Amino acid sequence: MAKSAESGVQVSFRNVGKDFGSVRALDPISLDIRSGEFLTLLGPSGSGKTTLLNIAAGFLSPDTGQVLLGERDVTHVPPRDRNIGMVFQNYALFPNLNVGENVAYGLKVRKYPKAQVEALVTKALNMVQLGGYAGRAIQQLSGGQQQRVALARAMVIQPDVLLMDEPLGALDRQLRKHVQLEIRRLHLAAPRTTISVTHDQEEAMVMSDRVAIMSQGRIEQIGTPHELYATPKNTFVARFLGESNILPVFVLGEKDGQISFTIDGSDGVWSASAGNTSVTGAASLLVRPERLQIAERGQPGLAGRVAEVVYLGELTARRVTLDCGKELWMRSMSASPADVGDRIEVRWRGADARVLSS
Amino acid sequence: MVHTLRQTSGTTLTSRENWGTLFLILPALVFIASWFLIPLGQLFALSLSSEAGPLASYAELIGSSVFRRVFVNTMVLACIVTIICVVLAYPTAYLLTKLRGFWFSVALYCVLVPFWISVLVRTFSWMLLLERNGPINSFLMYSGITTSPINMLFNNFSVYLGMVHVLLPYAIFPMYSSMLRVDNRLLQASEGLGARGTTTFLRVYLPLTMPGVLAGGAFVLLLALGFYITPTLLGGLQNLTAAMLIDNFVNERLVWPLAAAASFILLGLVLGILALASKFLSLGSLVGMR
Repeated sequence: MAKSAESGVQVSFRNVGKDFGSVRALDPISLDIRSGEFLTLLGPSGSGKTTLLNIAAGFLSPDTGQVLLGERDVTHVPPRDRNIGMVFQNYALFPNLNVGENVAYGLKVRKYPKAQVEALVTKALNMVQLGGYAGRAIQQLSGGQQQRVALARAMVIQPDVLLMDEPLGALDRQLRKHVQLEIRRLHLAAPRTTISVTHDQEEAMVMSDRVAIMSQGRIEQIGTPHELYATPKNTFVARFLGESNILPVFVLGEKDGQISFTIDGSDGVWSASAGNTSVTGAASLLVRPERLQIAERGQPGLAGRVAEVVYLGELTARRVTLDCGKELWMRSMSASPADVGDRIEVRWRGADARVLSS
Repeated sequence: MVHTLRQTSGTTLTSRENWGTLFLILPALVFIASWFLIPLGQLFALSLSSEAGPLASYAELIGSSVFRRVFVNTMVLACIVTIICVVLAYPTAYLLTKLRGFWFSVALYCVLVPFWISVLVRTFSWMLLLERNGPINSFLMYSGITTSPINMLFNNFSVYLGMVHVLLPYAIFPMYSSMLRVDNRLLQASEGLGARGTTTFLRVYLPLTMPGVLAGGAFVLLLALGFYITPTLLGGLQNLTAAMLIDNFVNERLVWPLAAAASFILLGLVLGILALASKFLSLGSLVGMR
């Protein structure tokens, strides 16, 4: 495990910028991907994530900056000489070749001896659980199987970097969950430097070591899925990753990392942990739905009325309309009794909520 | 109950729609039957109506070495024209897929405009251009490349030139449409896997555009087999084709059963090639559908 991690190559973007005509696709971005790391670029469409991936692959050349694979500056190296493995959005399998020939393509181009090609193709197909499918036509495969052939074809050439463009975008939801875990397992078994692009937050959280959240050609925040979920830097990241309740607040002051603030339209002074180093004046309070609790008698809470109850199996979601007019979603174990129309008070623990500059 | 009712009326509607469809294509059916199928049947009857017996015309044609040579000539001519067309059309079609905006329109009209001009007009134009005292010979002599005029007319050269000129668009368009269907990401995938341009072309692009090449080639071959005006006007005596022979039977020798029999042999040949072609590609792709 450690060995293949060492032999993987680190990818560095240094001030990589790109414009399409008058549209700025990428503000100059600097980003390092560690050896053996699985990094996901997560963002809405038009955020620049695919542009960055295509620059890594060499299908686009940046207007400014450099791309490094390991020690090698590949900014002006064509894709064929970069030793990358690419999984395309719709797989881009060659329809005129069968499964085995598709996987063998990169090896044949590299002039591997025939026996070795066969052995490696068999091994790669076994790895993605498609042993015995070598002779099948691409058109005979299901979407999930095509996805795995694309993965085998990209990985069989032992690329320095694996690049994936919306690798699960064309799969249905059930299959997507399965393949996410499958890709995660393959990655953990043999870590290979990987950059994946997606707009699906769940996919990013399940598969990645680190996630970079992108918006409008910039990286908003980069970190482990847990870091991003628990300590988002701003409301964009908070909204993009997971469910969130965001309330406008006014900051009064800070003490020991706890910020005290008032909530617009309601009485009382509340507190939460500091999301940014310096938040003053108007700001936003972030509380995740699962961190909201119904206040016990005697505990301070925000008063409101249950407006909607959604049964989700092990959890129940409730929409609460606060007396100040704002709405909050809360999720809790199904046992709690509050029903539609009931008056309740909601609260949170100081460490479970964060104040972000808005 | 309501559902059942709706379903029942739905099926009635469908069968009524079938009758409607039939009614709509009826004029076309009547037209094809009365102007194509019935005359074809009459022609076939004519081919069997020789005084020497029903199959005498066929026997005479197949037994005649002259006729056989004319047919071989026609086949060779059609094949060579097809090969030249395919070779010229492929890069032209590729260029069309790469051009955008103004230059695309220019290139497209360069292919289309000749296509719209009558074959007769274009063939006569070639006669004027290629003449002994025509502009091309004048230019060649003026520029000192040759001292005496070159014979460019009434030989293989002028026939190939004229036929390729007329038939080239028939090869270009099927290729163009098959090239448009090639997903650019397949080429990226090939390059990403380490393939050079030539490898990508030979292993991905060419195989994927092969249906267009076959369709275009089949089009040109079938049309070239029945070509009449161009080889008649631009060719010499050695360029006798099957169509010219049939014309000779009809207009000079007045042996109509023989002409009819020759027509059916040519038709049989064309249908044979069509059948062969349809083994490799669907007939729909011949006309650019999928």
